[in-house]
Amino acid sequence: MTDAVLLSKVHRHYGSVKAVDGIDLAINEGEFFALLGPSGSGKTTCLRLIAGFDSPTSGHIEIFGEPVDGVPPYRRNVNTVFQDYALFPHLSVLDNVAYGMMVRGTGKSERLAAAEKALELIRLPGYGTRRPAELSGGQRQRVALARAIVNKPKVLLLDEPLGALDLRLREQMQEELKTLQKTLGITFVFVTHDQSEALSMADRIAIFNEGKIIQIGRPQDIYRLPNTRFVADFVGSSNVIPVEFAGLLTKHHWASLRPEAIRIVETGGRPARVVSLNYLGNSTRIALDVKGTRLHALVSSYQSLPDEGDDISVDWDPEDVRVMEGE
Amino acid sequence: MVGGELAITPGRGGIFGQSSDAIWRNPRMFLFLLLLPPVLWLGVVYIGSLLALLVQSFFSIDEFTGLVKREFTLKTYRELLHPANLDIIVRTVSTATVVTLSAAVVAFPIAYYAARYARGRWKAVFYLGIMLPLWSSYLVKIYAWKLILAKEGILSWIFAKLHLTWLLDSVLAIPIIGGNSLSVSYLGTCIVFLYVWLPFMILPLQASLERVPVTLLEASSDLGAKPGKTFRHVILPLAMPGLIAGSIFTFSLTLGDYIIPQIIGSSRLFIGQAVYAHQGTAGNIPLAAAFTVVPIVVMGLYLWMAKKQGAFDAL
Repeated sequence: MTDAVLLSKVHRHYGSVKAVDGIDLAINEGEFFALLGPSGSGKTTCLRLIAGFDSPTSGHIEIFGEPVDGVPPYRRNVNTVFQDYALFPHLSVLDNVAYGMMVRGTGKSERLAAAEKALELIRLPGYGTRRPAELSGGQRQRVALARAIVNKPKVLLLDEPLGALDLRLREQMQEELKTLQKTLGITFVFVTHDQSEALSMADRIAIFNEGKIIQIGRPQDIYRLPNTRFVADFVGSSNVIPVEFAGLLTKHHWASLRPEAIRIVETGGRPARVVSLNYLGNSTRIALDVKGTRLHALVSSYQSLPDEGDDISVDWDPEDVRVMEGE
Repeated sequence: MVGGELAITPGRGGIFGQSSDAIWRNPRMFLFLLLLPPVLWLGVVYIGSLLALLVQSFFSIDEFTGLVKREFTLKTYRELLHPANLDIIVRTVSTATVVTLSAAVVAFPIAYYAARYARGRWKAVFYLGIMLPLWSSYLVKIYAWKLILAKEGILSWIFAKLHLTWLLDSVLAIPIIGGNSLSVSYLGTCIVFLYVWLPFMILPLQASLERVPVTLLEASSDLGAKPGKTFRHVILPLAMPGLIAGSIFTFSLTLGDYIIPQIIGSSRLFIGQAVYAHQGTAGNIPLAAAFTVVPIVVMGLYLWMAKKQGAFDAL
């Protein structure tokens, strides 16, 4: 099976800045793939290279087995949902959605019918005559999505599409995007800096840092088995502790322990002092002092919680401690 | 720390302190005070005198005494439609149209470069380059152009050195726009108009292009539009308000100018020259006033058509 998107040894340098620094990536057909990383880690540049807005300094990109070196964006059967939506302000919503068909020469009645159908699909029927300026952020986001998918692209690129939405809308859109991707069967490549978004939506995730891919894998693998301290820190929060502390003897390694893996126990376990409590609603984050080492535990708020300064006992399963390479 | 102990700092007192508090409490009063001087200036001095002028165009001149008869009549407008006067109007309006269209064509790449690519120092160079010609005297520039365009002038010398005299001659041989030399042809008039008014086209165009986000161009390309289509369907409609603003300048300035056609071009009259002649030596203020109505009507029609074509949709 050919890969939907294939990047091999791709570099993109701006002067001395290595925005993308030697990336190898294969995205499967029909996959929901997330590029996750902090800002400036090269994930958006990577997306722009796939879309064709930018060209690699060196390296090779293929889309469905076809090399795209030097192929301009308008000849790539790839569509993008932009971070700022990039809706045309002078066109109506319907004309925005029909734009791709219009510039490709589809007849007026045919393209307007298709655009109207796309608006129904994103649950904005009858909004066609409005201007983008008259829509809310969430509605604009949907229109941008409709404008891209109405062209039936081979690959849909999404550049932080939910970044500007508020939490509730974002969660709703996450579900809708996921459903839409399943219905359409299009390969989605999704850029985000929000790790929970990537974990909840993606089939696979590539973790970016400083222009390189640190780890590629399924969400549960990334979360349970981070391969570096960076991934452990960036995806979810993690207690990064020296291995001696965890009871292992290998030197020059670090171990990671997820806060939710730490339990408060009545008897046994390790003695700990409660330094502070942070109430988060459904859960509570407790800062602990365990024999001079600071650990964070995330426990359910629906249990009796200790007070600041209390001496308690905590424990965890040895298999939840993940030992990592590196200093 | 100022007023560290107090929740509210004491009033400053005095007339200024009290009036700033009063203005803060009455924002409408502030707006009124802010707008009063310009409204007086624009409304009374500017629009008022324009209306007084327009009223003059409905008077007529007594042919025997040469005095203005202060009675309502359309006689002056009938006079305006005499072939000789109509000729002046057609000449002026078509020159203004040509100047505006060529200004748009010449200005667009410059404005596009400045809006999209020029940064830092190059932006300063751009503004300086556009504004610098405006700092020197209008008359000096026009006489300089006369020397450049004259039969024995710099331009014909350059053409001769490049062995391209035949090209210049064949251009000058074109009827109507050609002539004995560039400095006495309509072509020369248009070149100088284009030069003098170009900054007024570039600046609004650049301002409107600067407000077109790059992602819109990327989105257009992403959706399959070749650069030509992106230009036609995205850049041009969004630049249209700037293009219209610029064309208002170049068009109306050309319609009203009376110096350039007098110094460069055939000796046939333009509207500005006709106004100058009628209000001066001829003493025919009503006809001069009627002539000034022409640019106003033409601009009004132009803007109405532009609006109908959706030129302001992107505003």
